[in-house]
Amino acid sequence: MSERIREKLNILADAAKYDVSCSSSGGTRKNDNKGLGNSHASGICHTYTEDGRCVSLLKILLTNHCIFDCAYCVSRKSNDIQRAAFTVEEVVELTMNFYRRNFIEGLFLSSGIFKNADFTMERLLRVVKKLRLEERFNGYIHLKTIPGASEDLIREAGMYADRMSINLEMPTESGLKLLAPDKSHQEVIDPLGMVQRQIVQFKEEKKLIKSVPKFVPAGQSTQMVIGATPETDKDIMQTADTFYKNFSLKRVYYSGYIPISNDNRLPMLGSQPPLIRENRLYQTDWLMRFYGFNVNELLNDANPHLDIDIDPKLSWALRNLHYFPIDINVANYKMILRVPGIGVNSAKKIVQARKFGKLRIDQLKKIGVAYNRARHFIKCADSPYQLKDYQSTQIKSFILAESQSKYLKNDTNQLILF
Amino acid sequence: MQTYLFDGSMEGLLTAVFEWFERKPGMVVLRNQALHQPDAFEQCFHVISNEQQAARVWKGLQQRLEKGWIRRLTCAYLSEKPDVHDHLFQLICYLFQNPPGAEMNYGNEHVLEVAQTARKVEREKHRMEAFIRFQHAADGIFYCGIDPDFNVLPLLGKHFRNRYQDQQWIIYDLKRHYGLFFDLHTLDEITMQREEENNLMNSKADVLSEKENLYALLWKDYFKSTNIPARKNTKLHVQHVPKRYWKYLTEKQVEI
Repeated sequence: MSERIREKLNILADAAKYDVSCSSSGGTRKNDNKGLGNSHASGICHTYTEDGRCVSLLKILLTNHCIFDCAYCVSRKSNDIQRAAFTVEEVVELTMNFYRRNFIEGLFLSSGIFKNADFTMERLLRVVKKLRLEERFNGYIHLKTIPGASEDLIREAGMYADRMSINLEMPTESGLKLLAPDKSHQEVIDPLGMVQRQIVQFKEEKKLIKSVPKFVPAGQSTQMVIGATPETDKDIMQTADTFYKNFSLKRVYYSGYIPISNDNRLPMLGSQPPLIRENRLYQTDWLMRFYGFNVNELLNDANPHLDIDIDPKLSWALRNLHYFPIDINVANYKMILRVPGIGVNSAKKIVQARKFGKLRIDQLKKIGVAYNRARHFIKCADSPYQLKDYQSTQIKSFILAESQSKYLKNDTNQLILF
Repeated sequence: MQTYLFDGSMEGLLTAVFEWFERKPGMVVLRNQALHQPDAFEQCFHVISNEQQAARVWKGLQQRLEKGWIRRLTCAYLSEKPDVHDHLFQLICYLFQNPPGAEMNYGNEHVLEVAQTARKVEREKHRMEAFIRFQHAADGIFYCGIDPDFNVLPLLGKHFRNRYQDQQWIIYDLKRHYGLFFDLHTLDEITMQREEENNLMNSKADVLSEKENLYALLWKDYFKSTNIPARKNTKLHVQHVPKRYWKYLTEKQVEI
């Protein structure tokens, strides 16, 4: 018995690991029925894998049998791998026992499509219902919406899950058609929109009637595979931006493609996953969501790709030197947020602290500003007087000279003559 | 400059603030009398903890500060760092001498130090919420022994009580020799004998419940199969899970 469940867990956890969504935040479920589990507003990462990704949820597939044959997926029909399927009881038992030992924050349940969408969705629904109703489980549940499943099933699942997600897979429709001819973006857009409308509707009702049940309280997310098809960063981020705006998604995840097949439409087996690119895309995503940047400022027709050697905020600042230097003691919050080397926390502290007197360099450093980076773009009470105006290439070389990239081990700077 | 000596308790610290406003002796440093090394020319003043005076100061603070800042003061105190008492003392005096809102002055070294220390304590508390791994013992209780950098146990109770209401559990601080015990109804503070403490850390199979080893094994398997070897990044891994916590973690234990 124990051997079989170990084997299943290995197969189905391995198949689920390419789904990068790991967040357990935003849940509002309280343990008010003397049951197990209570959500933590900011989520908790219980451990991290050796590749540095957090493990907060028990991330498994219900089964890796699938009727689809998408070239980028390990569980595709034509792939010769071991197949397995959990029973509903097995998933429930694993979740409960892991949660009791404080291993996990909750369950992330996805599945390959067996038979048809409704059949699969109905199985997923049975797992969450058993957890919530029979086991009184109040932990976090992230459920995959199965594209094509009936609206009723999806709506019912939304009553028990904290977050629902559907993966876009490829950033553009043409990319998706190339690798998964049976799928289309529209199949994703329909259920995303459906759930979104329900969330809005439940919120409206909640305002009038207090006892309205929760519906997907932690919102929806999606994921795109990066580097499998030749999209530019601009395409990717504009797609992300559209989805953020149209479906008020909580997150868009970018997953660097890890070669898993010999298909000649895809990068070769053994080639490195695009980790730096993935990192830069996430940085851009953060700039859009928390720093008030518009996607067109960071990526446009003149700059369709993000710089690999510097982060997108610095690269925006270098392209727009006419905004700088700004005076930290008078500039508004939005502008301070745009200075490379100053984050949200530092910016807030600066705005608070300057009410009590002009800020000096040493105070900025203590507050947590990356001063070596920021000093080219700011003025404060005791900034040294500077006669010469540096050009953006010079500033870039100064910054690169005194910082080290965690990715590039060798210095690849070209010397500048003039 | 005078040195104020106190007994290391929060009450003593607040009494010291009261005494300072009573006497107005100018610049003062606050030291814990247990750790204090006197020098030849200093003037010492022994603060004797007084419940009523401390309560008055605390009440004053609660009127001036938002809840978040009250929590920060508590957290900073729980850090048990040697110089945090002085920073707290200076900060509280500073707050009472200035109009409300002075706690926002991050340019002030004491404000910044207390805020940053509190942040470190909160981070440690959050790590404990993540890294505590219960073991199910044969007597039905879920055990865990910890030795956090800061005294975060008082901050942990609420989180675990809300979360695990249908199981009995014990979280024991092996460094500070006390623990929390939840018996399905109330949360109590407990202390154990040394031998019992030792048993907590190296629990053998006979005291564990029968399924415990299976779930530990399943968790280790899961940890292994969810890793993507092509993305290996040991530096990041160690940054997120510092090595000093590995001894708690089921997934980091070597299989025997």
